[in-house]
Amino acid sequence: MPESPPVLAVRGLTKVYGEGPTAVHALAGVDLDLPAGELMVLLGPSGSGKSTLLNIMGGLDSPTAGEVRFRGETLTAFSEGALTRYRREAVGFVFQFYNLIASLTAEENVALVTEIAARPMKPKDALALVGLEKRAHHFPAELSGGEQQRVAIARAIAKRPEILLCDEPTGALDSHTGVIVLEAIERVNAELGAATAVITHNVGIAAMAHRVVGMADGRIVETRVNAERVRAGALSW
Amino acid sequence: MRLVSALDAKLLRDLRRLAGPAAAVALVIASGVALLVMSLSALSSLQSTADAYYDRARFAEVFAPVTRAPERLAARIAEIPGVRTVETRVAGMATAEIEGFGDPVTALMLSVPETRPARLNALTLRSGRRPAPGRTDEAVLLEPFAEAHGLVPGDALTVLMNGTRRTLRVVGTALSVEHVYAIAPGGLMPDPERFGVIWMGRDAMAAAWDMEGAFNSVALGLVAGTEPRAVIERLDALLAPWGGTGAIPRADQISHWFLTSELAQLRTMATVLPTIFLAVAAFLANTVLARLIETERREIALMKAFGYSNLAVGWHYAKLALAMAGIGVLAGWLLGSGLGRWNTELYGAHFRFPFLEFRPGATPYAISAAASLGAALFGALIAVRRAVALPPAEAMRPPAPDRIRADLPEAALAALDSPTRIVLRSVLRTPLRAALSTLGIALAVAVLVLALQWRSSIDRIAVSHFEESQRQDVILGFAELRPSEARFALGRLPGVMAVEPLRIVPADLIGPRATHRGAVTGMPQGAELQVLAGADGRARAVPEGGVVLAETLAEKLGLVPGDPIRIEALEGARPVIETEVVGLVDGYIGMTATMDLSALNRALGQGPRFEYASLLLDPAEEAAFLKATTRTPMISMVLVKRAAKEKFDETLAETILIFVGFFVAFAAALAMGVVYNAARIALSERGRELATLRVLGFTRGEIAYILLGETALLTLAALPLGWGSGWVLVQLMATAFETELYRIPFAVPPSAYGWAAVTTLAAAAASGLLVRRRLDRLDLVTVLKTRE
Repeated sequence: MPESPPVLAVRGLTKVYGEGPTAVHALAGVDLDLPAGELMVLLGPSGSGKSTLLNIMGGLDSPTAGEVRFRGETLTAFSEGALTRYRREAVGFVFQFYNLIASLTAEENVALVTEIAARPMKPKDALALVGLEKRAHHFPAELSGGEQQRVAIARAIAKRPEILLCDEPTGALDSHTGVIVLEAIERVNAELGAATAVITHNVGIAAMAHRVVGMADGRIVETRVNAERVRAGALSW
Repeated sequence: MRLVSALDAKLLRDLRRLAGPAAAVALVIASGVALLVMSLSALSSLQSTADAYYDRARFAEVFAPVTRAPERLAARIAEIPGVRTVETRVAGMATAEIEGFGDPVTALMLSVPETRPARLNALTLRSGRRPAPGRTDEAVLLEPFAEAHGLVPGDALTVLMNGTRRTLRVVGTALSVEHVYAIAPGGLMPDPERFGVIWMGRDAMAAAWDMEGAFNSVALGLVAGTEPRAVIERLDALLAPWGGTGAIPRADQISHWFLTSELAQLRTMATVLPTIFLAVAAFLANTVLARLIETERREIALMKAFGYSNLAVGWHYAKLALAMAGIGVLAGWLLGSGLGRWNTELYGAHFRFPFLEFRPGATPYAISAAASLGAALFGALIAVRRAVALPPAEAMRPPAPDRIRADLPEAALAALDSPTRIVLRSVLRTPLRAALSTLGIALAVAVLVLALQWRSSIDRIAVSHFEESQRQDVILGFAELRPSEARFALGRLPGVMAVEPLRIVPADLIGPRATHRGAVTGMPQGAELQVLAGADGRARAVPEGGVVLAETLAEKLGLVPGDPIRIEALEGARPVIETEVVGLVDGYIGMTATMDLSALNRALGQGPRFEYASLLLDPAEEAAFLKATTRTPMISMVLVKRAAKEKFDETLAETILIFVGFFVAFAAALAMGVVYNAARIALSERGRELATLRVLGFTRGEIAYILLGETALLTLAALPLGWGSGWVLVQLMATAFETELYRIPFAVPPSAYGWAAVTTLAAAAASGLLVRRRLDRLDLVTVLKTRE
């Protein structure tokens, strides 16, 4: 992995829900860099803070303390409008439950973001990247879970995001389908060079990452670089 | 032990969570309930007040005028089977002069017994005392008349009584059961400034009208259960030799007749409109609850999976529906009772009762609760039934999209952006739901059209009556028949530009279907100051022979043009006129029968005579003219049209239009409730999609467009539908409101459609803003972490 300046830099990030004795420290001082082109896997059990971290990095939530810098700009100081612009231009999201728009076809779901992005690819090309060009005119209800997740990935990357954030992308899928989805993520990371963060509690997925970050109780407890990455197609769990 | 079962705890939390939609359902129901309770409670209170007052004041059941009958006739009248009480009296019309008030004032003067209490039609003294025996200058005034001129006991009043000017001393004010609705002869509305009632001792009245040992008016009380018609027949026979002009039953007594007509109209308004309204509200509550429960599909499946029976699940949601509707019913009851009391008082100021009984009665409360709760329950249970019919596993998945893929044409798809496509497809995919929402909003629009056209219907009546039909400035009435030449004397009064004679002869009009006790109007050929005007506003020529009937009268009598008609005049020698119906006129007011004046005089065996005159005045000389009339003997009544028109408008503004104002307010609440719920439920169904779009970088405005765009689309689609339904409603109402008093013209001005649309759009926008605020607070993270 070539050294390059981080796209996202997280410093001293703290997130506390509630107050007083009942307060929950979801994040307790996290420092993390996400360089361009890197595929990072965030591992950890439920409640370890990984989703909170991802949400703040994606501009969906604000921290109690600390900051996130995007290309040198302080994301955590952005206005509501600036955050919307940030998500629109720079970030692609993939969720555990796909979150496709039921009344739009696969292609139209992708077009949803290409219509508002600055330099998007064609929706058809994005679908081709995830191997779904033949299912472009199907509605979500007509697609399998794996196919729906790949449409979600196509939708996330069609804007050519600098950052791709995936929250448990295989959580709702069986192993075989999950692998197909991970192959799609691997391919777009390689071909588009988006800094990619994949959240999972599935240890088996860690092998495909450039770097694996382990979290527990709102802290980073482990960081390791995979000397040798395993292709997604070779994973199984 | 838990105080509340888990399911009931869920119920309470659901209610709190659904506070917005619950409030909207309650708002819709409360509007329907309040309107019904308000209208019916005002009606029943007025009715029971009238009944109680009639009873306490011993309101007579038969009234008869006579030219001059000897007092001894009273004993023979008392012998008529069925007669319980006889009260003879002296009555006369007079004009009064009141300092500082330029317009002529007409007064009905009546005698009261001097040494004993009245047997019938007892006065309710409001201040002062009755005239003392032997005092010939003491008078009691009808309270509203005294109030209108600030007259109190001790004040003086000049009256032209039977041609003699007298100064009277006011000793008291009173209300009378005969004058609850104190209306001048020929007037449409009470006008206490220009018409009043004055009571004096019998001897003083007898002296003024030359009635010593005689009477010219008699009132009868009947034995309970007596049919007045038989009594009237015998009474008419007894009075005929003494110039009886026909007795009337209480039903035709002018105050009572107006009161009954007004109450009948209020009853129509109080039943038809609120029923429509309640039905709309019930329908909306039904659809709203059905949709709300559709969104609970997963919870229902989950409860079934846990082993709850369909019945238990059904009961749980029934309670939710009943709670929401129940809040509305309670709020409606409270609001309706308050407004009902207020409305009763409003009408109470219009009809002068000495007391008001607010007696709402249980019926409106029961009906409104049953209709609202029933409809809400029905809507809820249909939706629950649909949900429990599915196997739990299937119900936990989101509903499958419709098999039939109605889609937009390719060309349209290409031209639209994604948000618009989402909006349009959502409408296409759930056509039934979209249709129901549209229908709900359309009904609110329809009710608004109905409420808003009222004013113009009434204006149309006023124009027809006061401009198209009566073109004179003043109508004069005379104490007795005047020869035709008297016109020229009238023409010499200051400011008079034209004079036309007029006769109004009391008569029984007899057709195959019914007999109508009314009057025949005689108009001269080529009359221009008072004409026969139809609904189209055009004047009809008065035919030289035969009679022209109002359509409503012809309908009542069962006559069509060409039919013979028998008219029994109720004055003089009581001649019978056998003539022919030569035409019908479709005016809005009254049950008129019109003949040529000369033909009428000939048929009555009289020369050219008249007892009313229409006058056209030079406005600059109006004051001088009015002053002159008060000094002219023989003039017993002066009706200034300008004043009558003002009074008409003023009275309507105080009664019907306030009533209508409530309809507008409640209809707006209805529209707001529907739109809010449509948008709010769409938000709960689409919250996830909208949050996803926000995450994908859509702005708040853009997702608001998707959510509210659909609502706006449905609202726009509802407008033409609502206009159409409103048009139908107006037609139904016009038919329902037809009384003998007047017909309601069918007139929907474009402005009614316009304002209905504006009001609905404003209500929709307000609802949209409320939902938009929720949308802005959409919790992106939570929405995304939960599974569909």
